[in-house]
Amino acid sequence: MTVYATPGSANAKVTFKPRYENWIGGEWVAPVKGQYFEDISPVNGKPFTEVARGTAADIDLALDAAHKAAPAWGKTSATERAAVLNKIADIIDANLELLAVAETWDNGKPVRETLAADIPLAADHFRYFAAAIRAQDGDHAQLDGDTVSYQFHEPLGVVGQIIPWNFPILMAVWKLAPALAAGNTVVLKPAEQTPASILVLIELLGNVLPPGVVNIVNGFGLEAGKPLASSPRIRKIAFTGETSTGRLILQYASANIIPSTVELGGKSPNIFFSDVADQNDAFYDKAQEGFALFAFNQGEVCTAPSRALLQKPIYESFLSDAVKRTSLAIQGNPLDTATQVGAQASNDQLEKILSYIDIGKKEGAKLALGGERVDLGGDLTDGYYVQPTIFEGHNKMRLFQEEIFGPVLAVTSFEDYDDAISIANDTLYGLGAGVWSRNGNVAYRAGRDIQAGRVWVNNYHAYPAGAAFGGYKSSGIGRENNKLALGHYQQTKNLLVSYSENALGFF
Amino acid sequence: MTDTIPAHPAAADDAAARDTEAGNATATIMASVTVPGEVIPRVELLPVAVDLLRSLWQEYGPLMFHQSGGCCDGSAPMCFMAGEFITSDQDVLLGSFDLAPAGDDPQPLDFWMSAEQFGYWSHTFLSIDVVPGRGSGFSAEAPRGVRFLIRSRLMETADPFADPATVIPVGPDDETTPEAA
Repeated sequence: MTVYATPGSANAKVTFKPRYENWIGGEWVAPVKGQYFEDISPVNGKPFTEVARGTAADIDLALDAAHKAAPAWGKTSATERAAVLNKIADIIDANLELLAVAETWDNGKPVRETLAADIPLAADHFRYFAAAIRAQDGDHAQLDGDTVSYQFHEPLGVVGQIIPWNFPILMAVWKLAPALAAGNTVVLKPAEQTPASILVLIELLGNVLPPGVVNIVNGFGLEAGKPLASSPRIRKIAFTGETSTGRLILQYASANIIPSTVELGGKSPNIFFSDVADQNDAFYDKAQEGFALFAFNQGEVCTAPSRALLQKPIYESFLSDAVKRTSLAIQGNPLDTATQVGAQASNDQLEKILSYIDIGKKEGAKLALGGERVDLGGDLTDGYYVQPTIFEGHNKMRLFQEEIFGPVLAVTSFEDYDDAISIANDTLYGLGAGVWSRNGNVAYRAGRDIQAGRVWVNNYHAYPAGAAFGGYKSSGIGRENNKLALGHYQQTKNLLVSYSENALGFF
Repeated sequence: MTDTIPAHPAAADDAAARDTEAGNATATIMASVTVPGEVIPRVELLPVAVDLLRSLWQEYGPLMFHQSGGCCDGSAPMCFMAGEFITSDQDVLLGSFDLAPAGDDPQPLDFWMSAEQFGYWSHTFLSIDVVPGRGSGFSAEAPRGVRFLIRSRLMETADPFADPATVIPVGPDDETTPEAA
């Protein structure tokens, strides 16, 4: 196992600059008001760089650059754009460790995840959309002998994207790749909790992208996010975040009559049917891991399987095994490749998680594991660490209904298939779900009956490019991670052509 | 000229410390009862939240809260400019505060939640606190390096775990818009 050196120290894979400006028009541009904010590493709770505190004036500069770049970028061939996306993917691959350590330092997640998931998936995502745009055809239809309808995909123009902090690079890439493939230029605002790693990436990319095609303005939601989302100079706004801001974004989009895709979280059920425990074999082990994945990325995943539904005959035994399994998860220095559970991304996130553990206890939920903040001591003593926590309770508890965004699992039991589906769907959200069964018919039916955009069957937390991702119900609008996302970044141009010499005959 | 915001501003720590000291000039503010048919308040502002809101009011003018659900910064109260967030019949007014010190002109501040979410939350009483933090959607306090946070306890009277389907969504009265309240 490896412990990566702290960024900035001798032998470190990455050294952050002391200060980052905004990235506008292919270069660093100081924020108009000259203000910066400190970026804190959740690993040790200490600031490690300063980042521009952008405002409406900076968003305007970025929009200027994006508008300047849009006509030429929009006219490039799919071949050219795909080549650029593939180059970006190659650069990401070539800098895997650097980016993985940067991401871990900014977000607090274990480097084993950034090395194996976040960064490789980001590279692959660019390659997927490079391929998808090459393979995309327009439509045509011969409407009658002399009339042909041609449909062309055109870029929207300049689009705005607001990125969450839980997978800072990967979530940016989920939005950037389809937007760029489709020929749009972008103004992107990262989350203020994790503004730095994407800047490390953009600096590596240098001028692989023409100036102004991607512009990054950091800052706070009210000061930079709102001017971007409400600007009449964007043709689309994409957002991942919470429901109130999601509604605000949709409200701003309605004022400008532009499309908006929003991904707004979930409270995903993970259903284990009795037959999972028919044998104590590799599949049972896989299901146990599937249960413990609630603590993956410290639970800071929109699709975290934060409600486990166990069928009654196996409730005690499966839970007992799963609690034990979860208790073995290694929590520690996120830069250690052995670490499985790292730090929560921010202090307020830590406080929020602890407040939900508190209400869980007050609601009468039974604590089966964890429930406390962790002090890892030494340099990590001020980091934001929470024990993987398991509660037993029932689905009406707030613990079961709110996205805590932490390593907190709510477990309940169900009688039969109908009961399982009823509990699974008794939620505001519909982003993810898991179904575990050795019976393919049951697993298939459950997968179709659960009202969620992504149902993992006999697996969980896989995010391969190509598999459409997005929400039902209050979890949002739109799909990412699949060629469908191109449609969210394209206009449809219809050319209706008459090849007849003859007048219509009306006048 | 540059100006850097510290990660954990002394102001927030001071406010938290003040909150616990005896003789704190700021008192907890209990919301008025606004849910039709109810007689017991559902939400309160802890002193540290009152101080912060009064300060934000000076900077931005009238404010409102909408309790967020879901994802990264969610499951937390969002503080917007009053009227910025358009409420509808799909929202419940949980309570209204008056931030003004006694004798001053009223400073009304409404606390909203989506009706759907209220269906799952109705058995809990909410206290609005402030913690050091970073970021919060479009909420107004983020640039101060602090974050509003909900603390909860069970309501003494409400049916603890009523079926959400039986909770009737209560929208705003025609005259009770955030601007007018």
